[in-house]
Amino acid sequence: MKPMTITEKILARHAGAKEVTPGELINAKVDIALGNDITAPIAISEFKRIGAKKVFNRNKVVLVPDHFTPNKDIKSAEQCKVLREFAREQKLTHYYEGGEVGVEHALLPERGVVVPGDLVIGADSHTCTYGALGAFSTGVGSTDLAAAMITGELWFKVPESMKFVFNGRLRKWVSGKDLILHIIGEIGVDGALYRAMEFTGRAIDNLSMDSRLSMCNMAIEAGAKSGIIAPDAATKAYVTKRAERPFKFYASDEDAVYSEIREYDCSQIEPKVACPHLPENTKNVSEVKNISIDQVVIGSCTNGRLEDLEIAAKILRGKKIAKYLRLIIIPATPFIYNEAMKKGWFDIFLKAGAIISPPTCGPCLGGHMGILAAGERALATTNRNFVGRMGDVKSEVYLANPAVAAATAIKGRIAHPDEVTK
Amino acid sequence: MKFNGKAWKFGADIDTDRIIPARYLNTSDPKELAKHCMEDADPTFASRVQAGDVIVADKNFGCGSSREHAPIAIKASGVACVIAKSFARIFYRNSFNMGLPILECEEAADSTESGDVIEVDMSTGEIVNVTKGKRFKARPIPPFMQELIAAGGLMESIRKKGAV
Ligand code: SF4
Repeated sequence: MKPMTITEKILARHAGAKEVTPGELINAKVDIALGNDITAPIAISEFKRIGAKKVFNRNKVVLVPDHFTPNKDIKSAEQCKVLREFAREQKLTHYYEGGEVGVEHALLPERGVVVPGDLVIGADSHTCTYGALGAFSTGVGSTDLAAAMITGELWFKVPESMKFVFNGRLRKWVSGKDLILHIIGEIGVDGALYRAMEFTGRAIDNLSMDSRLSMCNMAIEAGAKSGIIAPDAATKAYVTKRAERPFKFYASDEDAVYSEIREYDCSQIEPKVACPHLPENTKNVSEVKNISIDQVVIGSCTNGRLEDLEIAAKILRGKKIAKYLRLIIIPATPFIYNEAMKKGWFDIFLKAGAIISPPTCGPCLGGHMGILAAGERALATTNRNFVGRMGDVKSEVYLANPAVAAATAIKGRIAHPDEVTK
Repeated sequence: MKFNGKAWKFGADIDTDRIIPARYLNTSDPKELAKHCMEDADPTFASRVQAGDVIVADKNFGCGSSREHAPIAIKASGVACVIAKSFARIFYRNSFNMGLPILECEEAADSTESGDVIEVDMSTGEIVNVTKGKRFKARPIPPFMQELIAAGGLMESIRKKGAV
């Protein structure tokens, strides 16, 4: 058989084929089809418009109203109502709202809804996050979601793969977020357009699951169709206690074909900041230290997980945030929220002067819970710094990891974590 | 399918937040969305665009989120077609799935200015800049995508296959 990448193997398996080749158009079965309060209402109305009666499998269609919830206004309440009624009518197993809701891409891996070897589609561009588990996972539109909800299948063009090899050890304060920002800074926001990004190397082997999730999360910011990391012992430890279905580990063949292979020496990579208004405008944190900041956001599907809050707590312990700065911390799921509280991190955050938000997308997409005024500047652990992303078109967003975010909150300007720790 | 309209020129990496900002995504009503189309790239666009106009942009048009509200807003604003050097993947997919004509053509993107009159023939991929008297050929649309368009979009093709 011809050598294949992990991505090609998963796609072939779901298309019922022995092998697939980049560029080929296939019809493949999906294991999970996901929608949220922004994208699912359109999918549901398409579903009804063409006369569909039942979803293909009530265990495999997942709805998570996380973007504008708790409902920010009447219109968003109506959007959520569409989801709730559909979930009830179709008896969906995986519908999360109220005290069960979390940011979708943190929630699904955490609850074992997506597992290694899956083919997942989601009407949300950051669906690529689940590649961290060794699944093929990609963002699609609402019409695609409607089609998958009805038929359990979807058309795909098999992507070429790009390989990113990370050698060496990470420096202190450097996380998966910095590695992916480093890549995007090099190859640009369309540097991986239409392609699958495969992350490998010693440094990736040593990366925590939270950091892997945050890396794959931002594959879309390089224009990629998906990001993926071959599952290993760390993946196994993570999924074994959560998976609700059997899972399967795939790996790339040694002589698999890549459109490009890039190698990195991690000891050369510093904590990164992506400056407005594109994720590719990356600088080392030391180069942008004089920029004053009005709001710091720690949260989102990129960096709202336990490891992220832990590092923020470590840096903020016994400290106060800068006067006139708002620090908003958003644990990404109810589980993370509860764990952070039990570990005493809420005390640290509150004493430092932070606001703790319930799990939601909130300010990440300029929805609610921390919108910026004209001329204001935020540093956020989120994934996009487009014009107007967090509020007024004249506001700005800088992207960084949670350690840089916490240090920045203390200093009131972009700061290196070393500046506030001994 | 043939179009003739005025060009609106935009730069590279026009993201979905600029096409339709998230603050308006608490609805999916095309008419509402059209009122804010391209607002964060050109606040005057929605009030000045005419039915049949064409958006012409540099590389990576539609990058960012998967929101179908972006092609919906563009279509509902009356824009007949988008021409760009390249499109972000999900935007490309969404446009075909919901029937917004789009074409990739580097040369046309480079030599078009706002206000130029553009003629497009979707079936041949031929683009004419009438103002400048120049002709271009867009990258051909893959046969599978042409079938999708011919079937009336993804949902219609599913219905025709009898999957409902
Ligand atoms: S946290 Fe931000 S990027 Fe992630 S799903 Fe929500 S809005 Fe999208």
